[in-house]
Amino acid sequence: MALLDINSASKHFGAIAAVDNVSLAVERGSLFALLGPSGCGKTTLLRMIAGFETPDSGRIRIDGSDVTGLPPYARPVNMMFQSYALFPHMDVARNIAFGLRQERMDRRRVAGRVEEMLELVQMTGYASRRPHELSGGQRQRVALARALAKMPQLLLLDEPLAALDRKLRAETRLELIGIQERVGITFLVVTHDQEEALSMASRVAVMNRGRLVQIGAPKDIYEQPSSRFVADFVGEVNLFQGKPTSPSDRPALTVAGFETPIPLPCGTDLPHGTEVVLAVRPEKLVLSQTPRDGFAIAATVSSLSYLGGGSTVHLLTRQGGQLKAYLPGGIRFARGDAVWVSWSAGDGVVLTE
Amino acid sequence: MGKGLRITALLLGFAFLYAPIGLLVLYSFNASRLITVWAGFSTRWYGELAKHEGFRAAALTSLEVATMAATTALVLGTLAGFSMSRFPRFRGRNLFGFALLTPLVVPEVILGLSLLLLFVTCESWIGWPPRGVPTITAAHATFGACFVSVLVRAQLAGFDRSLEEAALDLGARPWTVLVRITLPGISPAVISGWLLAFTLSLDDLVVASFVTGPSSTTLPMAVFSSVRLGVSPEVNALATLFLALVFVLVALAFGLTTPRRRRSPGH
Amino acid sequence: MIGIGRLGWVLLIGVPFLWLGFFFLLPLLIVVKISVAESIVGIPPYTPLVTRDVSGINFHATVANFVLLAGDQLYLRAYLGSLVNAALATALCLLLGYPMAYAIAHAHGARRQLLLFLVMLPFWTSFLIRVYAWIAILEPNGLLNDFLIGLGLISAPLPLLNNQFSVELGLVYSYLPFMILPIYGSLAALDQSLVEAAADLGARPLQVFRAVILPLTLPGIAAGSLLVLVPAVGEFVIPDLLGGPDTLMIGKVLWDEFFNNRDWPVAAAIAVVLVAALALPILLAQKFYEQRQAA
Repeated sequence: MALLDINSASKHFGAIAAVDNVSLAVERGSLFALLGPSGCGKTTLLRMIAGFETPDSGRIRIDGSDVTGLPPYARPVNMMFQSYALFPHMDVARNIAFGLRQERMDRRRVAGRVEEMLELVQMTGYASRRPHELSGGQRQRVALARALAKMPQLLLLDEPLAALDRKLRAETRLELIGIQERVGITFLVVTHDQEEALSMASRVAVMNRGRLVQIGAPKDIYEQPSSRFVADFVGEVNLFQGKPTSPSDRPALTVAGFETPIPLPCGTDLPHGTEVVLAVRPEKLVLSQTPRDGFAIAATVSSLSYLGGGSTVHLLTRQGGQLKAYLPGGIRFARGDAVWVSWSAGDGVVLTE
Repeated sequence: MGKGLRITALLLGFAFLYAPIGLLVLYSFNASRLITVWAGFSTRWYGELAKHEGFRAAALTSLEVATMAATTALVLGTLAGFSMSRFPRFRGRNLFGFALLTPLVVPEVILGLSLLLLFVTCESWIGWPPRGVPTITAAHATFGACFVSVLVRAQLAGFDRSLEEAALDLGARPWTVLVRITLPGISPAVISGWLLAFTLSLDDLVVASFVTGPSSTTLPMAVFSSVRLGVSPEVNALATLFLALVFVLVALAFGLTTPRRRRSPGH
Repeated sequence: MIGIGRLGWVLLIGVPFLWLGFFFLLPLLIVVKISVAESIVGIPPYTPLVTRDVSGINFHATVANFVLLAGDQLYLRAYLGSLVNAALATALCLLLGYPMAYAIAHAHGARRQLLLFLVMLPFWTSFLIRVYAWIAILEPNGLLNDFLIGLGLISAPLPLLNNQFSVELGLVYSYLPFMILPIYGSLAALDQSLVEAAADLGARPLQVFRAVILPLTLPGIAAGSLLVLVPAVGEFVIPDLLGGPDTLMIGKVLWDEFFNNRDWPVAAAIAVVLVAALALPILLAQKFYEQRQAA
């Protein structure tokens, strides 16, 4: 049985549906990510799970029990807030102990658990510091320790890496994964950063405008996006929209701006005359001085961005078609160069929406 | 505005504000009764003041009234501040807001007159309350509450509500959240609110004059009767003592409510 | 707020509301009621609104008091005089207070806190005592005159007390902190980058002030002006202690009418007209305040 089971939850604010008929299940002990742009409803959904918002319809079950109508203090769920929300008038130890005191846990056990938590987040020795004496990263650890102290069935993390700089983000990401594995608690992370979601979670749910648009493992979300939105939101992508050419042994699309028809994956079977969108990831594109056999597009390099580990290359065809390629390693081209672009047909994904 | 101009403005302004007070303090230690003749340092007027039965009784009355009024004002004002801050819409909100703000702005003679007429009407209907300490306290509690509500509201506006949500999330019931998280969070407003209501009560002349009874004289009333007859050195001494008291109270309020400077984050 | 329940809700709003309704709103209504009564010798010294006798319920109300107010030059002059005095005091407070607020807003950290403390301290100190202090200074044989005579600048004492000058001085002195604090509030909240942007685009300091700072501190100026003007119109202590025989301010007139003439209905009528005259600024003040709270 899934630990968290959301069944057709909806929430409206006035005429706007913040959450529109969302259903999902989160497995016990997993790290699950809820991904989407601002305003997609992920925060509202998170708050419904925590108990700060009540769904207009639908049910939320945790470990089999229906918690839909329960107030936040009655749920086996704890949250790590985006702003950390550490109590400023209490020191670190009392912050962490707060939830335990509410359970009327006896003092000695509380002290022991607090020490345990401090060790878990590597903040041993900081017990009597006050929040205003800590750096942002330290505050976050305390917030995490506080939320884990009660060993909840489900831990919610609201944009945990948003406030951190790039290097710290990568380190913290690894630490969070490590902690989750150590304590075995189910984590649900809400984020707008697709890199975060893909790298941390074992399953990702993508939301847009209140709806759940795709749910699956990170690899599946990235390599088999189900819709234009997902293909574009998660990572960079080349999108080709056009009509299939007359049936032949090699299915292809006629796309405006490209002389050559764009190949579709083998076996693609589409009704005649429908518009189709094909997605190809930039790293699948191969650039060369001479055209490859089979399929190649002539284009010129319009701009280059060197990113250290690789480069993003933007290309323009003579007919105005645009392409994005990602090349690992050093740059071999310059602006204005004429190149041939190709990829294997199987690297493309036909999008259904 | 250039730095020189700024400093000049400040100096002039503060000189203007503090010169009279400074002079009062100075002359309370003047051995001579006359303001214009300095006859040497002396604490004789403080001695005279201590012997002055009228002032002493009045001071006690004022302190009694101020303490009760400030405490009542604190409770009422905090409730009102919460209501206005946390409930953006309820029936009668505009009227409530009007009743909370107007006493702060309206001339004191209006407050005094209206309250006295209320008490007289009550007296003629049910024979209660007797005019004196109870009525003065009620009057002071009323405008004190308005001041407190302004302070509480301002503090609540800046209060991070995610702290309350975090507490609820961690298992605290709403009452616990209020007592352990919210009230400590607005404690500057609570403390300075009490002190402000206390000082205002201690200082009030007009309203007290209207609503008092035959046997209750507050300190401002006693001082007023005295100064209508002219400048008096005992009053200078009283004024200085009063200033010292207020200085201590305000310094306390400031010290307790000014956010402490952050120490550099440890690493 | 989660979980306080209907009862909690009712208590939270109801208790202060009832208190204020009883101790503020109701009294105002009673003032209106008594303003239409007649003065009599007795306790209470006014006629009741409603009497019951053999013939049933009778209402007694008269507009005689208002007619008296309208007809007698004294009251009219007192109202106007109060308004003029208060307006002048407001203007002077603004002239002195704005630069001070500006200077405080430009200080930083501990110094700024200290300056604010120094501005607030007089406000918290007894109003009565501070006004009284001026008597000692402005008297014919007071400090200022003595000082000037001693310096040889004048030969006879200047009439500095018990006239328009001393009343105005007293008003400005007492109400200055009320003007400084709201203006300081506006200035402190001012986004410094706006000033820098204006300067960057070529505006000279005076232009920056006129185009950016002044408009953005208008709410503070308005608040300060209301906090000075409205109470100053009905001020009693200052005209009584520092004013002279020809000082006519409505607060003092109301007091005299009530305590000296024992004419409660007329005093009530004066109060009603005063509140009516101040109603507009008061409602404006409330609107301003609510707007700022909502923002």
